[in-house]
Amino acid sequence: MNIISLLKSLPGSVAQGLLWGVLAIGVYITYKVLDYSDMTVDGSMATGAAVCVMLVTGGMNVYLALVIATLAGMAAGLITSLIHTVLGIPAILSGILTQIGLYSINMRILGKSNQAISVDKYDLIVSLRHIPAAIIVGAVFCLAIIAILYWFFGTEVGQSIRATGNNPNMARAQGINTDFNKVLGLMLSNGLVGLAGALYAQYQGSADVNMGRGAIVIGLAAIIMSEVIFGKLFNNFALKLFAVVLGSILYFAIIALVLQLGMSTTDLKLFSAIVVALFLAVPYLKAKFHPNAHKGGKENA
Amino acid sequence: MLEVKNIHKTFNAGTVNEKIALDGVSFTLEDGEFVTIIGGNGSGKSTTLNAVAGVFPVDSGNIIIDGIDVTKLPEYKRAKYLGRVFQDPMIGTAGNMNIEENLALAYRRGKSRKLRWAITAKEREFFKSQLSTLGLGLENRVGTKVGLLSGGQRQALTLIMASIEKPKLLLLDEHTAALDPKTAAKVLEISDQVIHDNNLTAMMVTHNMRDAITHGTRLMMFHEGKIILDIKGEDKKKLTVEDLLHEFEKASGEEFTSDEALLSR
Repeated sequence: MNIISLLKSLPGSVAQGLLWGVLAIGVYITYKVLDYSDMTVDGSMATGAAVCVMLVTGGMNVYLALVIATLAGMAAGLITSLIHTVLGIPAILSGILTQIGLYSINMRILGKSNQAISVDKYDLIVSLRHIPAAIIVGAVFCLAIIAILYWFFGTEVGQSIRATGNNPNMARAQGINTDFNKVLGLMLSNGLVGLAGALYAQYQGSADVNMGRGAIVIGLAAIIMSEVIFGKLFNNFALKLFAVVLGSILYFAIIALVLQLGMSTTDLKLFSAIVVALFLAVPYLKAKFHPNAHKGGKENA
Repeated sequence: MLEVKNIHKTFNAGTVNEKIALDGVSFTLEDGEFVTIIGGNGSGKSTTLNAVAGVFPVDSGNIIIDGIDVTKLPEYKRAKYLGRVFQDPMIGTAGNMNIEENLALAYRRGKSRKLRWAITAKEREFFKSQLSTLGLGLENRVGTKVGLLSGGQRQALTLIMASIEKPKLLLLDEHTAALDPKTAAKVLEISDQVIHDNNLTAMMVTHNMRDAITHGTRLMMFHEGKIILDIKGEDKKKLTVEDLLHEFEKASGEEFTSDEALLSR
């Protein structure tokens, strides 16, 4: 293993981790807050990327294009949530249907499977050619998003979304429209995923119809690693989101490491899937083999 | 306060699992009345409560709360008229949220939720004073996740949540059935206190005949989706478990078969 080249790849991992951190925060909203396994992500990330690249190459201001990419992601989340709440299709299947449908839509937006965007020709805000700048931009986006979400989930609306994910029966008994809140949460989540896609397309210099494949697994990996490492440390919602971004950075650092160790890039997805499966299994296996480690406490009223 | 007019409900209609749960249930609750509801398994007592709460739509009939026909309203819209406590202590509260967050959610019941901070400093003090009436010390633990509380503590908290924004009707669905006897007695005591202090109209489903007799101002007995006994006033006060068993046999033509109810005499 070449330590020097590993260290050289570290800033790139940090930049990637920050941009994917935006996506991981989006996944956190559905997976942890709403308790909704949303598979839309793999499609909506590419949608955000495609919308941004086509608009910018068409001459639009980059920031405006980011806003529209976010809205496109939100639209994807809206479709998934309506398939679930109005048509009564199970949560996981609702996301898969949207994701598959989005492939065709993303192809329509891009016109072909891959559309390049050069940082030399357009005024992009992140690029792997300027990694220090990309790190700053990524960090600013992550911190701003964490601040906004911290405020939002502290409001009456945000708290009612938390209750919807935590205990829908209780939420309805307290007059909360749980279906509406699922729509809201999925739109918010996929808006962030679309934004992450738009940022990452600029970073890598292209939008690809397949770029979101496995994105949900990367998002989950970031969340799970953040919980395993920082779970006991961070109790505050903002810090938990911050930990998710750190988890994302860590994920890309690990990927850089295993690539240095000689793993083929096409084996990465298998590697990611195994890592996520193992980490997800930890709490279950812990409970199974140490049933008294975490006591529920039924006695003493 | 509550009018239930000839409601019918059949689950799994047209299948082998068809079950007539409510077969023409009608009754009227006056303001301030506290009715206890008893009956065997599958008699329709909990189904009646859930029909009033809007957990499922009824097949026919009407439900009117304080003059408002709520028959067609979804569960979350009816919630503004109702306070509810469930059999499972896990259902009434959000375990991942802390005590004051749960109370704040309940305090907004029936109001529109906006983009303003969920708990104000003034509310925080109000919540503490409400919790202190329980005598469980919860007022000193408002930041504690509800998931860390015992079943009895969660039921007590749910009672405060159900009454913090005075409901037109309090629905208690076997809310002590999952607790040990000592805790159950304490939670029942708190229930009486909450109902009395807030002058609430209430319905309490129970498996326990003695509890049904000693609590409330009125008693209804369900059997096969119908009300077979409805006693109030002085007659209710004089009631004994033996009377109830006798009345049940007379009205239904069979012996009372809920072991749980008999054992808990």
